[in-house]
Amino acid sequence: MPTFVYMTRCDGCGHCVDICPSDIMHIDKVTRRAYNIEPNMCWECYSCVKACPHQAIDVRGYADFAPLGHSVRVRRDEEKGVIAWRIKFRNGKTDMDLLAPITTKPWGKHIPQLKDVSGPTQEMRDSQLLFNEPKYIRLDDGGIHTLESNGLKMKEGVYY
Amino acid sequence: MAYKTVVEDDIDILVCGAGLGGTGAAWEARYWGQDKKIVIAEKANIDRSGAVAQGLYAINCYMGTRFGENNPEDHVRYARIDLMGMVREDLLFDMARHVDSAVHQFEEWGLPLMRNPKTGAYQREGRWQIMIHGESYKPIVAEAAKKSADKVFNRVCVTHLLMDEAKPNRVAGAVGFNVRTGDYHVFKSKSVVVAAGGASNIYKPRSVGEGAGRVWYAPWSSGSAYGLLIGAGAKMTQMENRIVLARFKDGYGPVGAYFLHLKTYTQNCLGEEYESKWWPGLQEIVGKEYLDPEVSHATHRPIPTCLRNHALMSEVNAGRGPIHMVTMEAFQDPHLEEIGWHNFLGMTVGQAVLWAATDVDPKNENPELTTSEPYVMGSHATGCGAWCSGPEDISPPEYFWGYNRMTTVEGLFGAGDAVGGTPHAFSSGSFTEGRLAAKAACQYIDDGKAEGIRVSQQQLDDRKKEIYKPLDHYKVYRNEITAGSVNPNYINPRQGLDRLQKLMDEYAGGAGVSYMTNDKLLHIGLKKLKLLEEDLEKLGAEDIHELMRAWELKHRHLTSEAVVQHTLFRKETRWPGYYYRGDALKLDDENWHVLTVSRRDPKTGEYTMEKAPCYHIVEENEQAEAAEA
Ligand SMILES: Cc1cc2nc3c(=O)[nH]c(=O)nc-3n(C[C@H](O)[C@H](O)[C@H](O)COP(=O)(O)OP(=O)(O)OC[C@H]3O[C@@H](n4cnc5c(N)ncnc54)[C@H](O)[C@@H]3O)c2cc1C
Ligand code: SF4
Ligand code: SF4
Repeated sequence: MPTFVYMTRCDGCGHCVDICPSDIMHIDKVTRRAYNIEPNMCWECYSCVKACPHQAIDVRGYADFAPLGHSVRVRRDEEKGVIAWRIKFRNGKTDMDLLAPITTKPWGKHIPQLKDVSGPTQEMRDSQLLFNEPKYIRLDDGGIHTLESNGLKMKEGVYY
Repeated sequence: MAYKTVVEDDIDILVCGAGLGGTGAAWEARYWGQDKKIVIAEKANIDRSGAVAQGLYAINCYMGTRFGENNPEDHVRYARIDLMGMVREDLLFDMARHVDSAVHQFEEWGLPLMRNPKTGAYQREGRWQIMIHGESYKPIVAEAAKKSADKVFNRVCVTHLLMDEAKPNRVAGAVGFNVRTGDYHVFKSKSVVVAAGGASNIYKPRSVGEGAGRVWYAPWSSGSAYGLLIGAGAKMTQMENRIVLARFKDGYGPVGAYFLHLKTYTQNCLGEEYESKWWPGLQEIVGKEYLDPEVSHATHRPIPTCLRNHALMSEVNAGRGPIHMVTMEAFQDPHLEEIGWHNFLGMTVGQAVLWAATDVDPKNENPELTTSEPYVMGSHATGCGAWCSGPEDISPPEYFWGYNRMTTVEGLFGAGDAVGGTPHAFSSGSFTEGRLAAKAACQYIDDGKAEGIRVSQQQLDDRKKEIYKPLDHYKVYRNEITAGSVNPNYINPRQGLDRLQKLMDEYAGGAGVSYMTNDKLLHIGLKKLKLLEEDLEKLGAEDIHELMRAWELKHRHLTSEAVVQHTLFRKETRWPGYYYRGDALKLDDENWHVLTVSRRDPKTGEYTMEKAPCYHIVEENEQAEAAEA
């Protein structure tokens, strides 16, 4: 489902250009508005659609197998932490609204700076532990799993 | 070409590609290397790059040890049977014992994980999968990576690794170019974590024309993880284990949540169950050890993914297609219906668009399934990738050379799709592997192993020339013709990609030949790949964007060659349903219960193949499996 841009809505801000993982949203030199330069490398991931502040980007099903006349629209609200979808079937009979959370916490505040947390001891360095383990594995005092702790031993027999 | 050269020097840990593996590496590196310089080089924008760009609706690898659900060894048993016996059990166990900590972190960071209201545990989709509202999965892990890295270079396509000139077989950084400005980027680094993802589009896709981008794995997954590693002379393993997926037709919508949570099932055009019909014949090919429906029934041991593909394909070939997913029952429940739609909106929007466009409402109509073209990747139900060292406390000597997830090139580490023999890692496991690689990379530097690295100006100049060659080539020959894209002196990257896909499809077991190949076909395939390699020296790129496509193609080409070499070497059909060797149709445990390992000589391009032992570290435990299931 390649993207396209409505001429009257796009102001050439470039958010879509900044985000597209396939590097295919570009600003046209003449119209100074965005367009998809390579529809056959578009995954319809909707990253650009979600990023456009003016809802200028839309998607239509691939010409190879999708008839015209449908739409799947999206609004992603970072502040509220939700995403809203609207799906319209081409026959006009089905029209669905769906809403989902995108995060449970405000952006930018809950992920620690690891350079500020107290650093690992030599003992931790020598162990198999990762940051905040074993606490984060079991949330109890069971340590890291090892073959011994789990009652395992290497099975005899190597196959060549 | 007058592009600027931008040099980033004194890097300790360079992360190439920041999808799930790379973000995990950057994040963890800061903890073990608080004073170290950590730099990310990413082809796209890390906020929405990689296979998880659109989000995911499930985390497919979670033990739930905390809730008494599974232990790491259970996961090893599962992955082992799914991959017909062939996995790196040390790496799998290691990933599985750490993966829960990554998931618990994700929840703390704000990723909405669904919970089972009755048990309080995470909402299970299946034994290993938990359900999430994952639309913003990637922005969340990207935030973590950005907090840890000193610098993030977005839009830098890494083309080559730099090699140390003071000590052979040691990495010294990487080079690439900015796909917007064209600038030449040099990263001099003591260690490198390659997490540049698996490969779509090396086989001719089912979709063509405008629809060619509608592949299951992202079209920007260019196999760079393999291309970079192979190019540097790292050993690779299991490259013949490329994956074919059963998916909703045309949209490639994943079926996991449908099978596992919505309890939908498949049937043929006559409305019949068809799978079990194929098991007796298939058992003759793979043996009872790998396919015993009675045991599977009694213990809930899954039937391997590839064998289920085999049943689907065989039924279609017998003239009883299409295969339908029976959704009409589950979708009568409005809650399940909503989950069915959310599943796509959060991870494969294209499937929702397709159903809306074709008026397929799964409540009233059972949608069609199909099998995809093959993909090369190391983190889904398949384990292509680099031959890496395991952890000290688990690995047998053949699997251990000092630093966890280090490839056979010193200082060069892998994560996610880049690491071979670790299927079923998925998003959470890839992130975890990045963390493990980062800790080991810090240790490698602290042990003084990266001292005295030398990179000459000559190496940098040579690479620069090589990188921009397609632009120069285009410029020189463009005006020899009036207009258009047909030129006797060059092909453009799209034309090269079409050629690669056609030959891989026809000679290396693509969808077009029902995944069938043999010794003769593979030899012809290799010959044609060599010719293509020569022509890749004459690629013409019109602009910087096309230059990126040119390098993606070169990485895909290296990946393809490894796939063909491995498939040729393993003279058996280990994974019917992923591919078939017509001249060696049977699984042959006597000769081939081994891992295949290759190395491409970076100077000559010659391949050496070897067998490596397949150690079974975790014992069989059918009894316990039955009790837990
Ligand atoms: C449709 C779909 C559904 C899936 N469903 C699930 C699921 O439900 N649950 C689950 O857990 N997993 C799921 N997966 C699998 C999961 O997404 C992967 O296992 C995981 O993302 C692999 O991580 P990675 O780091 O190896 O690769 P990626 O996440 O793909 O990251 C690779 C990164 O490298 C960058 N890169 C590539 N080439 C270069 C280069 N030359 N230079 C610099 N950077 C480069 C890319 O831009 C990208 O950012 C799904 C995948 C897909 C496609
Ligand atoms: S849908 Fe995705 S791939 Fe297509 S143009 Fe938008 S961001 Fe790029
Ligand atoms: S984000 Fe929207 S408005 Fe901005 S350039 Fe892209 S299409 Fe135009």
